[in-house]
Amino acid sequence: MYQFNYQKAGSQDDAVSALSSAEDGKFLAGGMTLIPTLKQRLAQPSDLVDLSGINDMVGIQDGGDSITIGAMTRHVDVANSDVVGSKIPALQHLASHIGDPQVRNRGTIGGSIANNDPAADYPAAVLALNATVITNKREFAADDFFDGMFATNLEEDELITAIRFPVPEKAGYAKFPNPASRYALVGVMVAQTGGETRVSVTGAGQDGVFRASDIESALSGNWSAEAAKGVKMSDDGLNSDIHASAEYRAHLISVMASRAVDAAG
Amino acid sequence: MSATGIGASIKRVEDLRFLTGNGHYTDDINQLDQSHAWILRSPHAHAKLNSVDTSKAAAAPGVIAIFTGADMAADGVGGIPCGWQIHNKDGSPMAEPGHPALAVDKVRHVGDQVAIVIAETRDQARDAAELIAVDYAVLPAAIDMDTALSGASLVHDDAPNNRCFDWEIGDRDATEAAFAKADHVVSIDLANNRLIPNAMEPRAAISEFDRSTGRYTLHTTTQNPHVIRLLMGAFVLQIPEHKLRIVAPDVGGGFGSKIFHYAEEAILTWAAAKVHRPIKWTAERSESFMTDAHGRDHETHADLALDKDGKFLGLRVATKANVGAYLSTFGSSVPTYLYATLLAGVYATPAIYAEVQTVFTNTVPVDAYRGAGRPECTYLLERLVTKAARDLGMDPVELRQKNMIQPDQYPYQTPVALEYDCGDSPATFASALKASDYAGFEARRGAAEKNGKLRGIGISTYVEACGIAPSAVAGALGARAGLYESAQVRVHPTGSVTVYTGTHSHGQGHETTFAQLVSESFGIPADLVEVSHGDTDQVQFGMGTYGSRSLAVGGPAILKACNKVIDKAKKIAAHILEADVSDIEFADGKFTVVGTDKEMAFAEVSLAAYVPHNYPIEEIEPGLDENAFYDPLNFSFPGGAHICEVEVDPDTGHVEVIDFTAVDDVGRVVNPMIVEGQVHGGLAQGVGQAVLEGCVYDADGQLLTGSYMDYTMPRADDLPNFSVSTQGVMGASNPLEVKGVGEVGAIGSPPAVINAIIDALSPLGVTDISMPATPNKVWQAIQASSVRQAAE
Ligand SMILES: Cc1cc2nc3c(=O)[nH]c(=O)nc-3n(C[C@H](O)[C@H](O)[C@H](O)COP(=O)(O)OP(=O)(O)OC[C@H]3O[C@@H](n4cnc5c(N)ncnc54)[C@H](O)[C@@H]3O)c2cc1C
Repeated sequence: MYQFNYQKAGSQDDAVSALSSAEDGKFLAGGMTLIPTLKQRLAQPSDLVDLSGINDMVGIQDGGDSITIGAMTRHVDVANSDVVGSKIPALQHLASHIGDPQVRNRGTIGGSIANNDPAADYPAAVLALNATVITNKREFAADDFFDGMFATNLEEDELITAIRFPVPEKAGYAKFPNPASRYALVGVMVAQTGGETRVSVTGAGQDGVFRASDIESALSGNWSAEAAKGVKMSDDGLNSDIHASAEYRAHLISVMASRAVDAAG
Repeated sequence: MSATGIGASIKRVEDLRFLTGNGHYTDDINQLDQSHAWILRSPHAHAKLNSVDTSKAAAAPGVIAIFTGADMAADGVGGIPCGWQIHNKDGSPMAEPGHPALAVDKVRHVGDQVAIVIAETRDQARDAAELIAVDYAVLPAAIDMDTALSGASLVHDDAPNNRCFDWEIGDRDATEAAFAKADHVVSIDLANNRLIPNAMEPRAAISEFDRSTGRYTLHTTTQNPHVIRLLMGAFVLQIPEHKLRIVAPDVGGGFGSKIFHYAEEAILTWAAAKVHRPIKWTAERSESFMTDAHGRDHETHADLALDKDGKFLGLRVATKANVGAYLSTFGSSVPTYLYATLLAGVYATPAIYAEVQTVFTNTVPVDAYRGAGRPECTYLLERLVTKAARDLGMDPVELRQKNMIQPDQYPYQTPVALEYDCGDSPATFASALKASDYAGFEARRGAAEKNGKLRGIGISTYVEACGIAPSAVAGALGARAGLYESAQVRVHPTGSVTVYTGTHSHGQGHETTFAQLVSESFGIPADLVEVSHGDTDQVQFGMGTYGSRSLAVGGPAILKACNKVIDKAKKIAAHILEADVSDIEFADGKFTVVGTDKEMAFAEVSLAAYVPHNYPIEEIEPGLDENAFYDPLNFSFPGGAHICEVEVDPDTGHVEVIDFTAVDDVGRVVNPMIVEGQVHGGLAQGVGQAVLEGCVYDADGQLLTGSYMDYTMPRADDLPNFSVSTQGVMGASNPLEVKGVGEVGAIGSPPAVINAIIDALSPLGVTDISMPATPNKVWQAIQASSVRQAAE
């Protein structure tokens, strides 16, 4: 990696001011994406502002009809959380299948969402569960947060502090892992919250996570695995790479959606 | 027999060191005043090097020196040699273009070495490397073999049509005659997928030059330090053996990829004398993907001729093999003598003819990788035989049984040069059928169907060849070295023993297995034996470890040296016990005068050898330290049967390997636990090749599978609980009666897996699937056949 300045922030304000005064600073959360990028010399930030010392960005709060998860909460803590397990088991399941134990012990929900890897799992949960992304500046509705592959509508010095998930009536997540990376080749989350059906797809889209409106309408009328499987997805706008053709991904979306419905019950 | 001798499953003496992080690998070594190297590599697959301007980089902080191909050429440094010369059909030698350690006029694959930057720290070296201005004129790349053979773009100007050689083996006329009288001909086209080895430890080296003695030392991650000394010293740098020490300390896996003499070893050694500083280099994982020699990469068409009863009459094979941009150490022998000489497999096919063309491409060199040639051969044969059974409506078990070489036919001369010394394929096959409950399979298929899964079963029966030898034969076939092994058995005064072996252990557990040989021979506990390997200053000579040769060739050398020790010790005991040598018997660690109670323990004799007060000094020298070289009479031929069961999820194309049964004949088993571990590892790599692993270059020669994000290594949860057992016919060609076990798992298993997948999909009309059988590929095969069936 190239040289950089390391700063450890003690509070959200510290973090934001450190970043604002840096020439080309980056927040450092779990480092599971950022550090490998630096090691490969694909990025050259002037400063890393470590968020791991900010206590009020960690933890899971039960708000009754919602759960709020601090941005610096590690995947392992979501996977092991009783609150998440009892209220949104699909989210717990999702977190427990991210990467491997080392990655789950380091990686954070805030880092995952800020990074918006087109094959990451959490973005699917944010979108299907219609979560609210809370930053130091504002609150984003899920539909307004992501902005294409590896891009979000965050400003340069904007810090995600927490994510608030409304408790759904039903939700399920099914992931078909990329055989090599074990990220999602296709991951589908289906959810019914406050009577609304939302279906999100990660891993497949050229622009990152997206909502599958055809499956949403099919499920709105008929919440069943067959209904989801019956939707023939178009391969327009889907990724094609050495692991999967766009056509195969399109097919997997319906299959994974039906499995997600089965999982949701 | 000693409790820690042959046949005992003692725990590996290496385990404590390796499992507690106390191994001592090349990168763990730091020399006083060492500098660090970064190798600047080509980002292009094929380009002319117009200029390499290092001036800005040379002024960067910490930089000690920068060298390019021009500097090495000016010093008269030779190219990286190939260890085996193959001849074309017309008798002319193969094309053998130069392989400069640092590129001179052209770069020929992504990752080819362009310059070495030596600096105080690794980061400084890397920073400076980014300042080197290279003017590349990008040339069209020859990546796939057909494009390369069209000759549109030449990797080397002196290899027309990018052909390295066009070689043949077997009797063409006899084979054509067999086809002329055949009732059936079954044909197959298949590819053996290119693999990236991925040893856990990346390649690394530290070079030193001692100005006061003129001696060079290179610590390097190699499987064969003496071979590197020979190749690099004699062919590349012209350093005589006594001035060149090669040390391979603990090495974290090789799988073949660390046999070869790599350019970095020569560059570092040469540069150490320029800068008068030790130089350290450790590959990044991405460099390993890009520059470690890859494995396999064959495309083959084959035809099998059968009579009306299914007896094999003849086999005709045409293979194209990719050797990459340069000929690596064994790049030419793997697709020829390690491949086509095994095309009889376990079958008594009377006529075989094979031709192999090798092709230069703008990809990293291809060379031996666990199995080296034999997996390619086994995959071809076992896919073809299974296809023959399906096409002719015959039972795949019976078809194999009908054609197998029978136990009473050994020694069996194949039509492709090899003579199998011993074996019993029908017996291992029968055991595997039983162990896998082959007969009960249809019930399991039915149960899977109820769960929406397609279950299939696949068979592979195989024979392979280890311990390439005798040297005279290898030499006649083009090997540029002998293939014997050496050992020194040094008994210390108090009766403990150090064994020096010319083989090298990089995960195989030789330190344990070889100690067991000595324990057995001397009747002493294995923990009194230390095995030393890897340092050319300590070990007399050696050819190293590859081709499952260490026990089959290195073991008998140790045994020979032990026997010399015993012969001498008997003379000492006879003198002290005042008996005739012919009356001395050695058993259970004691020298006894037959028919008396007069005896001496092993350690009493060794002490007498070093404290020769009462000693036959007129007749023998003091000391108990013996050397032996062993050149085998023949290859050894492990073999066996692998049976695999898979379940396919028809909705996603995902293949789960459910069961895997391996019955392997590896001859005598020295340590059953180590043997089992070796088979497990080999099976993991075989399953990996069949369903997970595949190297992909794009048409421009960029490596698309350059990290674990895209290259699928097998993980524990990709694998079933293996059922493995051994069933030996004792090896006939060496005194230990061992055959070799390091590669059998990787050789036998891929066709068993693919045959199982095709069997699972056969109800849908699928007849072929290529490796790796990824979910996407399996799903596509299902789609294509359902479309086809709908159209019919
Ligand atoms: C081997 C491996 C396997 C993986 N497998 C999976 C998988 O299966 N599924 C999956 O979804 N993910 C996977 N990941 C990704 C991982 O789970 C993390 O989610 C991801 O690396 C980002 O989280 P992080 O905390 O490590 O962020 P970092 O790497 O520290 O940061 C990532 C980016 O987000 C920014 N950032 C971090 N926190 C904030 C914040 N609070 N506000 C604003 N910006 C912020 C950083 O500046 C940086 O640009 C894998 C990673 C690895 C290394």
